[in-house]
Amino acid sequence: MAEIQIKNVEKWFGSYQALKSIDLTISDQEFMVLLGASGCGKTTLLRIIAGLETASQGEVWINDRRIDHLAPKDRGIAMVFQNYAVFPHLTVFENIGFGLRMQRRPNHEVKARVERNAELMHIEQLLGRYSGELSGGQRQRVAVARALAMEPDVILMDEPLSNLDALLRLEMRAELKGVLAESKTTAMYVTHDQVEAMSLADRISVMHQGRIIQAADPLSVYRDPAERFVGSFIGNPPMNFLPATPEGGGKWRVAGQSYAGPKTDHTALDFAIRPEDLQPSAAGLAAVVKVVEPLGAHVLVTCAIDGQMFRAVLDSDTKLAAGETITLQPNAGRIRWFDPQSQVLVR
Amino acid sequence: MSQTDQVSPNARKAGRYLYIATVVFLCAWVLVPLYLLFVNALSSAEAVNSFPKSALPEFDLGSLSFFAKFQGILDALKNSLIVATMTMVMSIAIGAPAGYALSRFEFRGKATFRLLILMTRAFPLPLLALPLAIMFIRTGLDDTALGLAFVHTTLAVPFAVLITFSLFSGIPLELEEAAWTLGCTRLTAFTKVVLPLILPGITASAIFAFVISWNEVFAAAVLTIENRTLTAFLLQNLDTTAIHLKFAGGFILVLPALIFIFAVRKYLFAMWGIANR
Amino acid sequence: MNARYLPYVLITPVALFLCVFFLYPFFLVARQAFGDGGSGFSLDNFRDIFGYWKFNMTLTNTLLLAAAVVPVQLAMALLMATMVSRMGKGRDLVLYIWTIPLGISDLAAGIIWLAIFEQSGFLNSMMVGIGALERPANLLTYQNAGLVFLAIALAEIWRATAIMLVILVAGIGLIPKEYYEAADVFGASKWKQFWRITLPLLRPSLQTALILRVIMAFEVFAVVAALGGTLFPVLMGETYAYQFDLLNSGAAAAMALVILGISIAATLIILRALRVPKGATI
Repeated sequence: MAEIQIKNVEKWFGSYQALKSIDLTISDQEFMVLLGASGCGKTTLLRIIAGLETASQGEVWINDRRIDHLAPKDRGIAMVFQNYAVFPHLTVFENIGFGLRMQRRPNHEVKARVERNAELMHIEQLLGRYSGELSGGQRQRVAVARALAMEPDVILMDEPLSNLDALLRLEMRAELKGVLAESKTTAMYVTHDQVEAMSLADRISVMHQGRIIQAADPLSVYRDPAERFVGSFIGNPPMNFLPATPEGGGKWRVAGQSYAGPKTDHTALDFAIRPEDLQPSAAGLAAVVKVVEPLGAHVLVTCAIDGQMFRAVLDSDTKLAAGETITLQPNAGRIRWFDPQSQVLVR
Repeated sequence: MSQTDQVSPNARKAGRYLYIATVVFLCAWVLVPLYLLFVNALSSAEAVNSFPKSALPEFDLGSLSFFAKFQGILDALKNSLIVATMTMVMSIAIGAPAGYALSRFEFRGKATFRLLILMTRAFPLPLLALPLAIMFIRTGLDDTALGLAFVHTTLAVPFAVLITFSLFSGIPLELEEAAWTLGCTRLTAFTKVVLPLILPGITASAIFAFVISWNEVFAAAVLTIENRTLTAFLLQNLDTTAIHLKFAGGFILVLPALIFIFAVRKYLFAMWGIANR
Repeated sequence: MNARYLPYVLITPVALFLCVFFLYPFFLVARQAFGDGGSGFSLDNFRDIFGYWKFNMTLTNTLLLAAAVVPVQLAMALLMATMVSRMGKGRDLVLYIWTIPLGISDLAAGIIWLAIFEQSGFLNSMMVGIGALERPANLLTYQNAGLVFLAIALAEIWRATAIMLVILVAGIGLIPKEYYEAADVFGASKWKQFWRITLPLLRPSLQTALILRVIMAFEVFAVVAALGGTLFPVLMGETYAYQFDLLNSGAAAAMALVILGISIAATLIILRALRVPKGATI
């Protein structure tokens, strides 16, 4: 059982505040992904849980133990680093068994656990090699095997796939998901790649400028972004936004069209719809086509509505040319509204 | 568009010969004087004092054996060895932790500390032997190997700090952090992960410290009287000793250095490259 | 891992050591130089050494030697460093040979060149051998002041070029090849590349090499003692004489400060002249 509780954690580097009042609970065996752009504080938060940084204030608990004042080795965690940190002077076997040797475990146990985890990561044939002889992908597997061999309460991963090429990243993602599910370990994973986040996470914590903006399962984050930032960060291409003015009675005017929206007394709202939730239709938003990109699986159309940039993902057989006008009808159930001042989702 | 294409093949060839000739000349420039010392050292005493000099050594160990039997020489040799070894050990023992601190931490006073280290490089250190001689007399350290080793360590420590600084900077902090998460304390992580990786480099800088001490003349001459080191011995006897003795002594001075420089040649440039900054 | 005090713990041994064996003696030297053996501040020691008939010659000799030797060494070291950067096979061997003098004590270097220049030495042997001289000439004497200077200069150039070479080779190694490739594309000749790319980017290394070499040049001692003895007085040699032959510690201390003074002045001049603008480094 390994539940992580982060209570009111803040982190200052000099006069720069990297983390602002973080509160998060990660359940046992949950795969939590911290997602955000560079500088948002996700790695800082991970390192605070690992013990490689100290929080300026706040507490970190694993189960009923408060760990934020403990050394990394006493926290029951294992970590996979972005550049793998495979020890160059040790063989793969010695790397994977390093932590176990530190715990003074008997030889037969070390051997058994090293071999088991090496098989898990498909590197059992590399046990006698040194890291200099390994490819990036192989080194990454060694790093993961080394962390898993510790059988930790919590496994922490700092962008482990970002240095791999695209195809390898795809393969490793699937492998990691399977391996971690089987190991029944609580996991915290940091990435800036939202596809990785969506694919791996039980829950995603979207971070921006030191805050957690939304922590929810992938589909909720995708369909119901808590703030405008989440909508524009998640999804490729990101959400479209248009200004909306109230018509009264819960109806809002967007680029000459009328849509049902929140029955609030805001003086203005931002209308948001994802590019894939639009269909060409007889009635709808009038758009002037600027760029047409046939991407194979679908066609990405960049157009202008009322002078604002707007993207739509349409069926791959759509034939359009730059300069044409089309009308796009949004899927009513997928329309979202945001407060222009606070950026928060309005229902 | 490139102007280099306009060079004719003949000019190219001439340039190439000039290049090779210059390289050979410069190699000879270094090696010939050494060879001449070699000739002198490996000749009998008579040959050394004779004229004209032959260009070939007699391979007579006369000079060297005379040298070895000369009173005080072997002791001087022993003293040089002791002082150099002490210097080597001390300069690494106190220099390496500082190098580590400089490479891993940001702390208040770091700039001042670096300035102190740099200042010692800019100062004619052997001059310190003068006041230190008085200090040593008061504390009973004068004319001891340890006293001289202290002075030599002052000479060598700036190099030790800067070289270990560059060595440690070459080891990613991630490796230590990984060790910390795998059950190591700071110390264990250092000994099990960092130390094995920089051992060759630290050995090289230790040898460098040894050579600095072995070769040093002024402070050795000032601070040792009864327990002279080899350099002090040779200096103080420059006017009086027979000439073949001087050459044999020079040969003994040079030989270890030759071997050491050969051993650490790979690291010399890595050391100086980053010690520049 | 919060280790607020660890860096201070780690640098304390060095800091303490340098305070005891560097800062304190330095302070003692200064106090002795400016004192008169009793209490009070006095410039007597300085008056003594400046008034000594040999002083001007000593100072001139030292500066002249440095002025003659350092530029030659700089040019040679630059040449050797550039040549080495182009070498393919044999680079290791040539580099090792060229850096051998690094490990050679200045005393040994003096002895080596003594073997060449002394009366029954190799230079005489060679000159008699080819008929240029009838009898071996006593080269290193009072009458041949110029020759003594030349012998010392040669010995110094031989001994100390390697130090500058190592620093410059390391500095050249830091210059990314792409700069030269870009220069090739823009049509710059190799000579122009040396002037416009190599030299400017070598500024930090040139600074270090020059400062180190100049300071060492002001400290020149054993080479002169071996080759010239009392024929060619230099600052360091005179300091030694004051301390041990004349037993005048005050004067020796004053001389030490003079050497320090010109070293600092030279360092500042070099730092200024080879100043690298912020951000203009590799």
